[in-house]
Amino acid sequence: MNFFVDENDRVDGIDKVTGKAKYFAEYQLPGLTYGVLVTSSITKGKITGIDTKAAKNAPGVLDVLSHLNKPVAPGYEQAGGSPMKIFYTDEIFFNGQPIALVVADSFERATYAASLVKVSYEKSAFNTDFVKSINNPSAKKLQGQPPYVRGTADAYKTAEVKIEQIYTMPIETHNPMELHGIIADWRTNDQVTVYAKTQGVKAAQATIANVFKIPQENIQVKSEFVGGGFGMALKTWPVEIATVMASKHLKRPVKLVITRDQMFTMVGNRPSAYQKVGLGATKDGKITGITHTAFGQTSVYENFTEGVVNMTKFMYDSDNVNTNYYVVPLDLSVPIWMRGPGEATGAFALESAIDEMAHALDMDPLEFRMKNDPEQDPQKKLPFSSKNIKEAYKLGSAKVGWSNRKNKPGSITEGAWQIGYGVSIGVFNASRGRATVKGILKADGTLVLQSATSDIGPGTGTGMVLIASKLMNIPVEKISFELGDSSLPPAPSQGGSTTLSTVGTAVNDVCVSLKSTIAELAANANMSTTANFVEVLKKNNLPMIEVTKQSQANQQGKEYSMYSFSIHFVQVKVHKLTGVVKVSKIVSVGDSGKIISPKTARSQMVGGAVGGIGMALTEEALLDNRYGKYVNNNFADYHVPVHADVPEIDVIFIDKPDYIVNPMGAKGMGEIALIGFAGAVANAVFNATGKRIRSLPITPDKVLEA
Amino acid sequence: MINFQYLRASVVKIALSLVSKDPKATFIAGGTNLIDLMKRGVTAPEKLIDINKLPLAQIELKNNVLHIGAMVSNSALAEDSIVKEQFPLLALALQSGASAQLRNVATVGGNMMQRTRCGYFYDTTMPCNKRQPGTGCGAIGGYNRMHAIFGTSESCIAVHPSDMCVGLVALDAQVVIANAKGERKISFADFHRLPGSTPEKDNNLQKGELIVRLEIPTNNLYKNFHYLKVRDRSSYAFALVSVAAALEISQGIIKNARLAMGGVAHKPWRLVEAENFLKGKTANASNFEDAARIAMYGAKGFGENDFKLKLAPNSIIEALTVAKAKA
Repeated sequence: MNFFVDENDRVDGIDKVTGKAKYFAEYQLPGLTYGVLVTSSITKGKITGIDTKAAKNAPGVLDVLSHLNKPVAPGYEQAGGSPMKIFYTDEIFFNGQPIALVVADSFERATYAASLVKVSYEKSAFNTDFVKSINNPSAKKLQGQPPYVRGTADAYKTAEVKIEQIYTMPIETHNPMELHGIIADWRTNDQVTVYAKTQGVKAAQATIANVFKIPQENIQVKSEFVGGGFGMALKTWPVEIATVMASKHLKRPVKLVITRDQMFTMVGNRPSAYQKVGLGATKDGKITGITHTAFGQTSVYENFTEGVVNMTKFMYDSDNVNTNYYVVPLDLSVPIWMRGPGEATGAFALESAIDEMAHALDMDPLEFRMKNDPEQDPQKKLPFSSKNIKEAYKLGSAKVGWSNRKNKPGSITEGAWQIGYGVSIGVFNASRGRATVKGILKADGTLVLQSATSDIGPGTGTGMVLIASKLMNIPVEKISFELGDSSLPPAPSQGGSTTLSTVGTAVNDVCVSLKSTIAELAANANMSTTANFVEVLKKNNLPMIEVTKQSQANQQGKEYSMYSFSIHFVQVKVHKLTGVVKVSKIVSVGDSGKIISPKTARSQMVGGAVGGIGMALTEEALLDNRYGKYVNNNFADYHVPVHADVPEIDVIFIDKPDYIVNPMGAKGMGEIALIGFAGAVANAVFNATGKRIRSLPITPDKVLEA
Repeated sequence: MINFQYLRASVVKIALSLVSKDPKATFIAGGTNLIDLMKRGVTAPEKLIDINKLPLAQIELKNNVLHIGAMVSNSALAEDSIVKEQFPLLALALQSGASAQLRNVATVGGNMMQRTRCGYFYDTTMPCNKRQPGTGCGAIGGYNRMHAIFGTSESCIAVHPSDMCVGLVALDAQVVIANAKGERKISFADFHRLPGSTPEKDNNLQKGELIVRLEIPTNNLYKNFHYLKVRDRSSYAFALVSVAAALEISQGIIKNARLAMGGVAHKPWRLVEAENFLKGKTANASNFEDAARIAMYGAKGFGENDFKLKLAPNSIIEALTVAKAKA
């Protein structure tokens, strides 16, 4: 097919909307079998027996795997390694823990047989109550990050004006549309092919190699298309290992696709958070002290920490800052980074507190932020590689109509609705790692680029093709970028807003090298150095040339502080009688260097804003702590925003290159699209109503009762 | 697999006989709720009688009574021109329910027969008197933010999830039920039940009976009406509280009033005393507030749903205010 590709379009957009793009669960292998999990119905304790007789006798069943017939996983015998060893012991760590895998010749037969497995337990007392544990001094708390002190600790307490508040957030689940799973095909001579849903094919390959103690090169992990990840596919989960075990044991390919309710317990979540922020300022609005103490939830069997208090250390100019971050181990499954990760959690608390202080000082919150905007990074004491926050403020506030905002809350009314405006900052590391890219420039005029990176939706291939197209002066339709296969040159997992910077730099280096090789070949053939590469290759009788380049993590971190920034402006309407909050206007400004792919970059920001509406207004995974179970583990009751919740979203990019970070001048933006958004909504709700909601999500009942 | 039988009936009589003979047989129409219940293991019928081919999909106005076949889809009913002109409250209630995709396949009869969305009802490892009598109520003392404030019992505080039914109970609909003996007719308000000590029974339909039609008398309530649904997101979310309000106003005086609520009881909750209070009164804010106060007599919260004690009267006031302003 030869269709027109606009430089703004996704290179794989047509494949995605026509169904040509193949996702992991769509691979049809000869002799494919189907796995269905049996899960723990208790929250803590031991399995005393698993009766698999009826299941094994059910039609089509090949076998039932559990710790009783412990499949061989030599890596599990070593100390350390994977913290959750599936089918290894009789221990139950959380409700819904996978404890057996039924494999049958059809999904339906496996599902039925799984219902026939009878498990007996010895129950123990458990604790899944996060808030109760924080307030209980004897409940275990672990240091999640070393304490940080700059200047005097708790300096806010003696400030002229002070704010001291608690902000809470519930568990959020990633729940991309595509369910998690894997197809594992373990063949003779320990050759393994895996069709996965992963953000890192190389990481998945390494994990499987470690557990089964076979060479990495025996394992091929394929994951070309991913139906959303948001962080949950950054890890090869125990249930995926179980599927590989089953394939090895049965000598058949095995497919596992977990159910929607299992998406709440088997593939991580954004942990709930409890944060205390103390903020002190002079009467004329200079911050004199910030104290940020955060608690996150983790599991008893594996620790999880994230950057909840990172932003507090450098975002505002204050001589005195101290932070502390603890995690509370609970009898729940382990969390994992979810878009914006801990920084999004921290930003909600810090940016709410900043807004509270601006109100206490009777200052415009924008003016207050400007006044305390540091010239250099006060934590690292280094200049920023680039930072255009003041310009972002100016552009965003003009677009949202900030001048209509009244500093006094509850000033604007439209019938039964109160109108308010809010703003918040988002910030995330603009880091860069090591990646390898191979380029094959062919005499037919095409360029093929290869790297074992992933695309969970941001448009990785599109960005890379655009970088190459510009450097090589080759039209985008003549360039292809191959990813999502562990046999390609190595690249890190897609996470932490690093892919464009990391892999893009290697693409850049490959292109630079290809150009110089072409120039050399041209000179050898007495051609002009600007001759077209097709002519040069032909003249040299070369069907193609190949170049492989490895880019390195950048070394500028000693001289510069490198971050991407975002500013989110929202207008909300709050119903006076029902407490319903509607986000009625969104302006998100991205300050993330040069924009390589305007259309997919905009989509990133739009997706972040929609996720932000979810975080602010609707998303909450609810636990019944009496049972240690989720009570809304489905898409009807776990509310992700629907179209009707999302107004038109204006995205503005500063679009100024930052060549300190990488040769393209582009910084990552997956996280900043979400970080800060929920704070902007909470601040707007306050501006509309005078009600400060410090507990997410801001549902009608909370507004009404405030 | 549980190999259930699937049969398709095209005549009401045959459909009835197929179900009445077999204790484990059940009707299936749109299936938007039943299939979920089967997948979750809440119910396991051995025989499904598909009634989609029954000739019950007509909407007709006869002698000032609107006849709605039980197999009319929710979207067809909401878009019907007579319904839009003469019963716009019903159209609005229908459009507030579920999602466009669900409304396209969900039927009128099926909507009435849908089960509660209480999480404890759907999780077979949790206690629930409605699913398994005698196991207790998980929601009492548990997660009950979505639950009932009216007509509850010690055994169940679940709510009926329908929006359409809230509109229908406000409009004095009648339910026509077919059985082996012929047809019987009951008022819509008497169709659904309160939980009492038998929460497993959602309604008064007997085994071997089938809803064939609804009848709604025409009225003068098509000018000043509103259906307000307060929910956690703008679409595809069950009501925290919903209100169907319709007023007949003449020279500022309320001649007739209809009020019903959803999301507050085990059945669509008609507010007759508040209606009676409003009749003959001036359509103004203070009377709306008084009506809302009257409507709340006997309401009781269970902790997480205490906010409904405030949200419900506020929603009544808002619905009446919008209804009045519509003229």
